[in-house]
Amino acid sequence: MTEVNIQNESPAFGMGVKAGTGIAIGYAPIAVTYGLLAKTTGLTMGETLLLSMIVYAGAAQYIALNLLVLGTGAIEIILTTFIVNIRHFLLSASLNEKSRKEDSVIKKMIYAFGITDETFSVAAVKPGELTAGYMYGLNVTAYGSWVLFSGIGHLFGASLPQILQESMSVALYAMFIGLLVPTLKGSWKLVFLAAIAASFNCIFIMGDILSNGWAIVASALLSAFLVELLSTLKEKAGVHHE
Amino acid sequence: MSSSIILMIAAMGMVTYIPRMLPFVMLNGRELPPFLQRVLKNIPYAILGALIFPGVLYIQEDIRFGVVGAVSAFVLAYLGANIMVIIIGAIVTLSLFSLFL
Repeated sequence: MTEVNIQNESPAFGMGVKAGTGIAIGYAPIAVTYGLLAKTTGLTMGETLLLSMIVYAGAAQYIALNLLVLGTGAIEIILTTFIVNIRHFLLSASLNEKSRKEDSVIKKMIYAFGITDETFSVAAVKPGELTAGYMYGLNVTAYGSWVLFSGIGHLFGASLPQILQESMSVALYAMFIGLLVPTLKGSWKLVFLAAIAASFNCIFIMGDILSNGWAIVASALLSAFLVELLSTLKEKAGVHHE
Repeated sequence: MSSSIILMIAAMGMVTYIPRMLPFVMLNGRELPPFLQRVLKNIPYAILGALIFPGVLYIQEDIRFGVVGAVSAFVLAYLGANIMVIIIGAIVTLSLFSLFL
C-alpha cells in the first residue's frame, strides 16, 4: 500500500523510531502489569496479545479486564471501550493540523491506528510538519513495545523485580514532563495553557466530577479555547507581546 | 480461544480505531477557521499539562514517590537534558528513594 515512496520516507522513519524509544520504555511496566492482570482474569496468551494488537489502548484494556471479571456483557464492554477512547478524536484532529498536506489520506488512516496519548505527545511537540514516515517509525516502536511487554507480562509478570516495576511507573510522566518543559521556555502563553489545563484536570478528577478520559478532554478543550480567546482579545486591544 | 471473545475484541478494536481515524478523513484538504486552527494547535500543551497532573502524584500510594519523580524530571528537563536522560534519571532517582526510605 505504501511502497510507492518508502525510499524518501526512510530517514524520517528512523527519526520516528528514535523518538519512540522513550515511549517503548514507558510502556514496558504498564504492559507487563496488563499482561499479568489478563492472565489472572483468565485470558489465554492469545487473547491477551490480541487485545493489545487490535485495541492498543491501555486504559480501555484495563477496564475491559475489570468488566470481564465482573461478568459484564460484551455489548457493555464494547460501549465502554468506545466512550473511553473517543478522546482520540481530539488528538487526531489536533495532529491533522500538523500533518504533511502532501501525504495521502490512506497513509494518514494507517498511522491514525497508532495514535495514543504518548505517541500524540511526542508527535505534537516535534518541530516542523509530521510526515507519514516519521509517524510509522514512532508507531512501530511504541506498538512493538506494547505488544511485546503484554506477552512478557502474561508469561512471567509475577516474577519481575517489584522495585524496578514500581520505579518504572514514573517513566511516562517523566517523558511528558521532558516533552513539555523545553517548549515552555520563552512562552508564557504555553505555560498558562499547561497550568490551566492541569488545574482543571485536578479539579475534575479530585472532585470526582469526571472520569479520567473525559476530564482530560474537557480540561484540554476548555483551556485551549480560553487561552486562545484571551490572546485574541489582547491582540485586538493592541497589546503585543509574544 | 473462543470465537465470542475474538468477536468482542474485534468490535473493541473497531470502536477504538474509528475516533482515531475519522478526523484525518473528515478534515482532509479542508481549511478550518483560523481561530479553531489555533485552538487545535494549543491542544498538545494543554493535554500534556492534564496528562501530568494530577496523575503523576498517584503513581504509588505514597504521594512522596510522585512528588520526587516529578521534581527530578522537571529539574532534568529544565537543565536541558535529553529526553532519555530525563526518563532514566527519574527511574533511578525513584529506585534510590525507595531503597533509602
